[in-house]
Amino acid sequence: MPAVTETREAVEKLGQSSYKWGFETDIDMDVAPKGLNEDTIRLISARKEEPEWLLEWRLAAYRAWLKTTEPEWAKVSYPPIDYQDLHYYAAPKKKPGPKSLEEVDPELLRTYEKLGIPLHEQAMLAGVELPEGETARPPVAVDAVFDSVSVVTTFRKTLEEAGVIFCPISEAVRDYPDLVRKYLGSVVPAGDNFYAALNSAVFTDGSFVFVPKGVRCPMELSTYFRINAKNTGQFERTLIVVEDGASVSYLEGCTAPMRDENQLHAAVVELVAMEDASIKYSTVQNWYPGDENGRGGIYNFVTKRGACRGARSKISWTQVETGSAITWKYPSCILQGEGSVGEFYSVAVTNNHQQADTGTKMIHIGRNTRSTIIAKTISAGHSDSTYRGLVRVLPKASGARNFTQCDSLLIGDQCGAHTVPYIENRNMGARIEHEATTSKISEDQLFYCRQRGLSEEDAVGLIVNGFCRDVLKELPMEFAVEAQKLLQISLEGSVG
Amino acid sequence: MTQFLDISGLCARIDADGQEKEILKGVDLSIPPGEVHAIMGPNGSGKSTLSYVLAGREDYEVTAGTVNFQGKDLLEMEPEERAAAGLFLAFQSPIELPGVNNANFLRTAVNAVRRARGKDELDAVTFLKTARAAAKELSMAPDMLKRNVNVGFSGGEKKRNEVLQMTLLEPSFAILDETDSGLDVDALRIVAEGVNRLRSPSFSALVITHHQRLLDYLVPDRIHVMAKGRIIHSGGPELAQQIDREGYTRFLAEAEAA
Repeated sequence: MPAVTETREAVEKLGQSSYKWGFETDIDMDVAPKGLNEDTIRLISARKEEPEWLLEWRLAAYRAWLKTTEPEWAKVSYPPIDYQDLHYYAAPKKKPGPKSLEEVDPELLRTYEKLGIPLHEQAMLAGVELPEGETARPPVAVDAVFDSVSVVTTFRKTLEEAGVIFCPISEAVRDYPDLVRKYLGSVVPAGDNFYAALNSAVFTDGSFVFVPKGVRCPMELSTYFRINAKNTGQFERTLIVVEDGASVSYLEGCTAPMRDENQLHAAVVELVAMEDASIKYSTVQNWYPGDENGRGGIYNFVTKRGACRGARSKISWTQVETGSAITWKYPSCILQGEGSVGEFYSVAVTNNHQQADTGTKMIHIGRNTRSTIIAKTISAGHSDSTYRGLVRVLPKASGARNFTQCDSLLIGDQCGAHTVPYIENRNMGARIEHEATTSKISEDQLFYCRQRGLSEEDAVGLIVNGFCRDVLKELPMEFAVEAQKLLQISLEGSVG
Repeated sequence: MTQFLDISGLCARIDADGQEKEILKGVDLSIPPGEVHAIMGPNGSGKSTLSYVLAGREDYEVTAGTVNFQGKDLLEMEPEERAAAGLFLAFQSPIELPGVNNANFLRTAVNAVRRARGKDELDAVTFLKTARAAAKELSMAPDMLKRNVNVGFSGGEKKRNEVLQMTLLEPSFAILDETDSGLDVDALRIVAEGVNRLRSPSFSALVITHHQRLLDYLVPDRIHVMAKGRIIHSGGPELAQQIDREGYTRFLAEAEAA
């Protein structure tokens, strides 16, 4: 979801029930038969006209997947998933070839319009007259992924002029095979874990970003994921490589229609930051969370990892997690370069019967590496939320520093919040701090706000946003505004 | 009946540690428009409970009586509806809201009541201008608008912040629950002046206090003595000096005898 204030308004106008992104788009689809075997993988690879090496890479991942088992250590519970009962490929029917806005199915454009995602470069560039006091929005380049396929990427010309590559990863495989081959799986190996192996075997699309030496990416980049098709898993793959002294800020958003059955989403994101490079990766995760009785919703099993390879490189993850029936996600940083910096700022909201087990891993390898973890967990309804984090300092990481703060806020008395920090230190010179708090929204606070004229919902929104402020302020400004509203919508009906 | 605020036979109780405790035992009190009344009385007489019940705190159960506020049944209204109707409570212990910016909180509140009253919302610039001017009148440090609501405020700062909120929310009826407690002489005068600035034919107030000193600055039209959940005596502003000299003993004895 890109940083646009209209998004919420656009979305609210849809007038759906409490999950306002739950509509379905009727569009002509090309769907692979259900089931996962080597033939499915060959079919995906053939449809995408991939080179032989990538097919082999996928097949190796598939074989690794067969040998791994689904992780069971997370504090989430769900019935067993039948991996043979899913479609692994679904794409809107259209001719292959270079994509321009004119060629995109108008029904698709309308879908993104409904979601408030600006895919019209012209309209955005021309700008609309803004009320006094508001500043013009900088344009955001968007890669829109619909089910398994990228439908359009905006502002590619502007970015190309700056030397930045921003395109669907399937195109990158074709146009920049050397780059993709060099970095794909270099941070999250194909057989890393059950879900990552699955993704490596069947991933269909996602975004590729390459920022060459010394270039500051001239605009925010954004990928917007939309699951639409039924019984379809979504497996996207994002790869961002930032060379020496370059920088990029990348946003990611996602929604899905309301469905009674659960849908699987297993993505992999790999980030590579070279010397003095910096990557800011922000996510507003708003997959369909299921209804108030816990029916339906997305299973979100995601592997995100960044490698700070160069000295003084920096990777910053900011996430606002409000959606999904189950979230299993640990955006991590491998701090290899001397003096490299890893950051993780997270707000996870669970309501009704949602379950979230999320956190981060900070692996300190290089000297004087630093990491900061700020995790805010808000639980309401019958939901359960866990922060799970690992701080590991290896013997050579002299002068390593970590600061971790985990705060949980409980709303009501039927929900749970858990904090599971792992700390492994093998260097006596390292400094590691951990702080944790748990609190409830107090009756006093609610009454105080209501006495000042705020409705109960607004009061909760205000208090929750206050609680999350340390994280929200890390988001790009307009994304933060949107995240605030989203928090409030997610918690609607959680009090009283 | 004053047609402004009429409290009649008000009884309320609270569930404390599983035990029902009756705190208000038939309060009768009328405040006409434009008047400032004070309530004095010993600790535990129900003064703060009265203010909470009027503001709509849900912990208290009203068991009997009526409260008519400008022609409406106050007890039927939600706390935010009472605020929109013009009722303001300055808290004895203002609540902290971590991470919530004071100016943002104030603006959200002001615009919520303005919306409910059918007025236009204030834009950020106009609001900040008004808020800064009001804060200056109360000798508040400019950075208090930028800090989190009541977090790390001294006792005096918290009380001034309450008066600032009151000024901006433009209530027709304000309850000040021991707003003078914990204030030094200068702060007391500033707070009292803040309240006095609001005095007009369309503003009434109920001032709960233990001390005559606040009433020196904030001369009330009437003073009521509250004890054991009832108003036991009422009089003019001179009553404050009498209480200061003699205490409540005589009023209590008279009430016992009656």
